[in-house]
Amino acid sequence: MNYLIANPERVLRLAGTHAAMVAAALAVAVAVALPLGILSSRSPRLRPLLLGGLGAIYTIPSLALLALLVQLFGLGLAPVFIALVAYAQFMLVRNIDAGLRGVDPAMRDAAVGMGLSPRMQLLRVELPLALPVIVGGLRIAAIATIAIATLAGYVGGGGLGVLIFNGLALHNTGMIVAGSLGVSLLAVLVDGSLRWCERAVRTRLGG
Amino acid sequence: MPRGAEIVVRGAGVTYPGATVPTLQDLTLTIAPGEFLVVVGPSGCGKSTLLRTINRLIPLNAGSIAIDGIDIASLDPVALRRGIGYAIQAVGLFPHMRVGANVAIVPELLGWSRERIAARVDALLALVHLDPERYRDRFPRELSGGEAQRVGVARAIAGEPRVLLMDEPFGAVDAIVRSQLQDEMLLLVRELATTTLFVTHDVDEALLLADRIVVVNRGRIEQTGTPLEVLAGPASPFVERLFHANDAVIELREKARERQRLR
Repeated sequence: MNYLIANPERVLRLAGTHAAMVAAALAVAVAVALPLGILSSRSPRLRPLLLGGLGAIYTIPSLALLALLVQLFGLGLAPVFIALVAYAQFMLVRNIDAGLRGVDPAMRDAAVGMGLSPRMQLLRVELPLALPVIVGGLRIAAIATIAIATLAGYVGGGGLGVLIFNGLALHNTGMIVAGSLGVSLLAVLVDGSLRWCERAVRTRLGG
Repeated sequence: MPRGAEIVVRGAGVTYPGATVPTLQDLTLTIAPGEFLVVVGPSGCGKSTLLRTINRLIPLNAGSIAIDGIDIASLDPVALRRGIGYAIQAVGLFPHMRVGANVAIVPELLGWSRERIAARVDALLALVHLDPERYRDRFPRELSGGEAQRVGVARAIAGEPRVLLMDEPFGAVDAIVRSQLQDEMLLLVRELATTTLFVTHDVDEALLLADRIVVVNRGRIEQTGTPLEVLAGPASPFVERLFHANDAVIELREKARERQRLR
């Protein structure tokens, strides 16, 4: 606690970097996952390959993946960022796929029958109806990303991990506690707000 | 409101992928402009399949369908569907859109002006006996079953279609609301003069609404005729059984009474 009280602005700044890194990684991850999830929901043949492949990435220990990526991209933010995007894929794609395939067939039938083009069916009917499940996936991915982003501190990528790894090196328990507390707090905050979003879109659909 | 179109079905056949028995077989049928045709038959007889071939939700394996002399296979399916009203049993209102937005879908697809759509939505809601002021901005979850069915009908006719397809549109409401909706439907279609293909397994509903009834069994037409013709002169034992099921119920009830009296 002492460290936190003595250095509030440093902790806050690192928390800000941490949050920005997570937000950017999630934004890129969603942009990559959306087409993959749509593809997976439409193609029973590709689905097991996609989800299996992304699941395999997900099971690689984060430190091992990071070590590999550092070999390829050097120290700094880049390897961490790539790791975060890669890890989030499994949770995001799986939920986008499940959400789209869970859309009531009567809804799809009505949409097609009224003359919506395939693009409109997706944008105006299927994705909005799948949104609660997709946001659910985003929530899980966000929490995992916040945790894994701690590793950035180890390879010079910044964020709250800096406090934890420096604390470990300097045997400074206060520093470790400040970093850990920050990560937890961030996770709780993001989890709460995305939970609220999830509930809001669900109520809107009458669920 | 434009006049209804003529629909000519010639030798239509549908066999679902992987099925050995065709769902529809060599089905030929002409629906006159403005006619209210009810397709009746047991579940699984192919009546919904027939309806869904008209807006090309299901492709034909044999035969052809022409609307006003134009083979539908030669048209863009999306454009074809925009000209055909479609209402289904599950109602299919989109839960994330308000009532007004649901009704406005096809007019929007057809590129109507904002003012024309707004006026059309209000007129349609009034037509199906829903006060536009009260219902326009509601979500489907805030409607009763009967109200939702009404919105479903309003949405199906919103684009001033010349053909209207309805697949058990009143299937999900209780008997009282159902008969009320049927009465309103009767008045509505007289006004619209749209060519309507209405699918039901409810014989009473068929007799009430139809200009002409088509009885379908195992993918084939058993009989075509006015309600009176079908009732008075059933063409096969199947049609007879279908339309006199109610008589059987009455008979059963009488037998049960008799049994009680004898005890």
